Amino acid sequence: MASLAVTRFPTSHLAVLPMSSPASDATVVAARELLDAHTVETVAWHFHESTGCPFWLEKKNELNFDPLTEVKCYDDLKKFPEFEDEWLRGGPVRRWVPKGLADKPVYVFETGGTTGIPKSRIAVDDFRTDYSNFSDTLPDEYFPKGANWLMLGPSGPRRLRLAVEHLAQQREGICFCIDLDPRWVVKLIKKGWMDHLEEYKKHCIDQAITVLTAGHDVKCMFGTPKLIESLCLELEERGTSLAECGITGIFSGGTEFTPQWTKFCVEELFGGPPEESGIYMTPTYGNTLMGLACSEPVTAENKYKITYHAPQPRAVLEVVDFDNTDELVPYGETGRSKLTTLTQEFFVPGFLERDEGEREKPYEEYPWDGISGVRPFHRLASATTVGVY
Amino acid sequence: MIELPAIRWGVPYESLEVDEVNHFYTGEPVARVHTVGSGIIQRDAKKAKNARRALQALSPAELIAKCKAAGELFESGTLTVGDSTQSPEDFIQQQSATTGMPISMCEANITKNAFVLKNLEQILDCLTRGLDLNILARGYGEEDRGVTVSYQAQCDALGAVLPSNSPGVHTLWLPVIALQMGLVLKPGSSEPWTPYRVFAAMVEAGIPKEAFSLYPGAGGEIGGAILASCRRSMIFGGPQTIQQYSGNPKVQVHGPGFSKIVFGDDCVDDWEQHVDLMVDSVYKNGGRSCINASSIYASRHTKEIASALAEKLGPIEVLPPDDPQSGLAAFTIEGSAKAIWGALESDIKDSQVTDMTANYGERLVEKPPVAYLRPVVLHHSSHESVSRNKEYMFPLVNVVECPQARMLQAMEYSLVCTAITEDDDFRRELIASTEIDRLNLGPIPTPKLDWLQPHEGNLIEFLYKNRAVQVAT
Repeated sequence: MASLAVTRFPTSHLAVLPMSSPASDATVVAARELLDAHTVETVAWHFHESTGCPFWLEKKNELNFDPLTEVKCYDDLKKFPEFEDEWLRGGPVRRWVPKGLADKPVYVFETGGTTGIPKSRIAVDDFRTDYSNFSDTLPDEYFPKGANWLMLGPSGPRRLRLAVEHLAQQREGICFCIDLDPRWVVKLIKKGWMDHLEEYKKHCIDQAITVLTAGHDVKCMFGTPKLIESLCLELEERGTSLAECGITGIFSGGTEFTPQWTKFCVEELFGGPPEESGIYMTPTYGNTLMGLACSEPVTAENKYKITYHAPQPRAVLEVVDFDNTDELVPYGETGRSKLTTLTQEFFVPGFLERDEGEREKPYEEYPWDGISGVRPFHRLASATTVGVY
Repeated sequence: MIELPAIRWGVPYESLEVDEVNHFYTGEPVARVHTVGSGIIQRDAKKAKNARRALQALSPAELIAKCKAAGELFESGTLTVGDSTQSPEDFIQQQSATTGMPISMCEANITKNAFVLKNLEQILDCLTRGLDLNILARGYGEEDRGVTVSYQAQCDALGAVLPSNSPGVHTLWLPVIALQMGLVLKPGSSEPWTPYRVFAAMVEAGIPKEAFSLYPGAGGEIGGAILASCRRSMIFGGPQTIQQYSGNPKVQVHGPGFSKIVFGDDCVDDWEQHVDLMVDSVYKNGGRSCINASSIYASRHTKEIASALAEKLGPIEVLPPDDPQSGLAAFTIEGSAKAIWGALESDIKDSQVTDMTANYGERLVEKPPVAYLRPVVLHHSSHESVSRNKEYMFPLVNVVECPQARMLQAMEYSLVCTAITEDDDFRRELIASTEIDRLNLGPIPTPKLDWLQPHEGNLIEFLYKNRAVQVAT
């Protein structure tokens, strides 16, 4: 079987795009055709005896259809039963490694795990591919090539830490990291040890400021919303700012990256939009299963609205009805985020995320559906603990 | 619909995140509140000293006079609140609409809050035990007895995480402005009305708007940010909240009161004279206050007492909020009334517990999307009954049979204790008990507060440190 070509999603220079432009019908159709072809190719890889992983080859016996002959387009993935994330807990982890990649070095990344067995996913090159693609979307003016990076996020068995490091390297820089255990953070919140939580956050921020003030020429950073906020407030307390520390480009992500938070950051913490403050920040949405969804330009003019588009065809984001999860909601309506991952390394058909949002129309640079207003799924929200990291 | 922006040291702030506050029953939106995140609070907190400076430009006497005027305006004025004008009638309607509290209860609370504002001079005189307020303002001064005393303010502004279900508790933070300290308030999610109206009344009365911040938003995040940013804060919550902040000198926690009435052996035979007092103590304000009695202790006649209370409380029906006779508030959080009733049903299975209101009809009244609990009287045949001191946000009273000698131990903590006894020895024991905050000696209903007595945690002791200052002559 021929190896899958790496399909890059379109590159853009987000900072110079004033407003979202709708995609033309032709580009939408072309993107869909690409997705259909990519789907068939990916399913063929994962369910072929010579290339598939033990998990899916075994699961194939339980299916009432033959994925090799009966998946002819993306919509045919609805024939698969709902993907249960419980399948990702526990071992042996090798059952997820496709035979076609068996001779490659394999990473395992984990998600969750504050209590019990975390969910794990294997990776060979996916994180590099996703972040190389993401790198192409970053404006060089604010993320200059050769600049060093700060990774102000979780350490440990996380995809993000290696991915950001790869991003820095891809852009000819070197990445500085901090120690941050998100599982301990969640435990502190659950225990109600808020003073400890505050101290732990300070511990993280101290590490970051030490890096930023040590003459390492750090200009770019990843940070979670809460840590970016804490970093700015602490720098302000010390009589300085992110801009004075040399930061020009930030990417962040997660459900806490809301329009209001962006407004606060841009207007108060950064000191204005990029052309005034010299700091450009872009939101992303992603997780260990998916790559990295990019955002349309976020500006004061559009009230800091954040709309994400998945790195299709490697991953697909759909906004589906809360109860009938095979049905898309109409544009502008609210639904649950449903994720499909289609790479050589990992196949996840129709995973229901713990988030909800509004379905958005295709965009010129990303001619497929998007999602805006991402927030915790309201039926699960009370059970969700959002950590500080 | 009224639009309520966040207030950042007096300046309205339009957020991109707006929550709707809805009618408790119809779900119709009544207000739109602009919510903020924790970062804004932390950043604003650095400017708290400006609030204090603005207030220090006025003397305590001037501030008291302005608070008095604010009290009048709060009670009777038509004020600009958010983007609308609001009469007292509008305020009462809005508060009832979003909290599910009867109109009569909202009216009573407006009077209570206004009373405190209008009588701040006496209340502060009581809270300070007669200290000249200029000594607090200056930081030190000489008392009549010729001794220099000094009080060090522990914060520039008091933070308060306010509840949605008890508008009466606002009386606790109202005196702060006259002490030249700012206010950082997180309004309750369904009761933003009181803090916004107090703010409007105070500014209208001439108090600097820079003294106030109001931050609507997500409970845990905003509350946590206020408690972390303010050097002194008060928070209202359940036993879990109390335990979480227990021993934290920066936080004053207000929660269930477990208030009680006890009969001494010398007076218990006259119990029939006190039935109305007991009913009032249990039922007033819908049984929602920390100062409502939730347990009554006596060594004998307990079955008759419980029966007499059930006869008065049991027939009380759920009435529409605008009915003048309406005395029960709705539980607006889905499933909460049912869960409480489930817990009570479990308690009633105990052989030591009898539901004295069982013959007065169903207690749980479900009117989706809300529910009510009609009054419940439980008789406990022994002070060893594990549920003898339970308290919920509705009129529930446990009548506990307990020998006088065992009462203090069995009662556990009481915010208010009304002791009906003339027995000097028993009175001495009650006075000495560290488990009782406010002690009423004689037949005084537990909710009857003498505002010239400090309530649950003296505000002055919380906000000031008594320290030494020596001035060279």
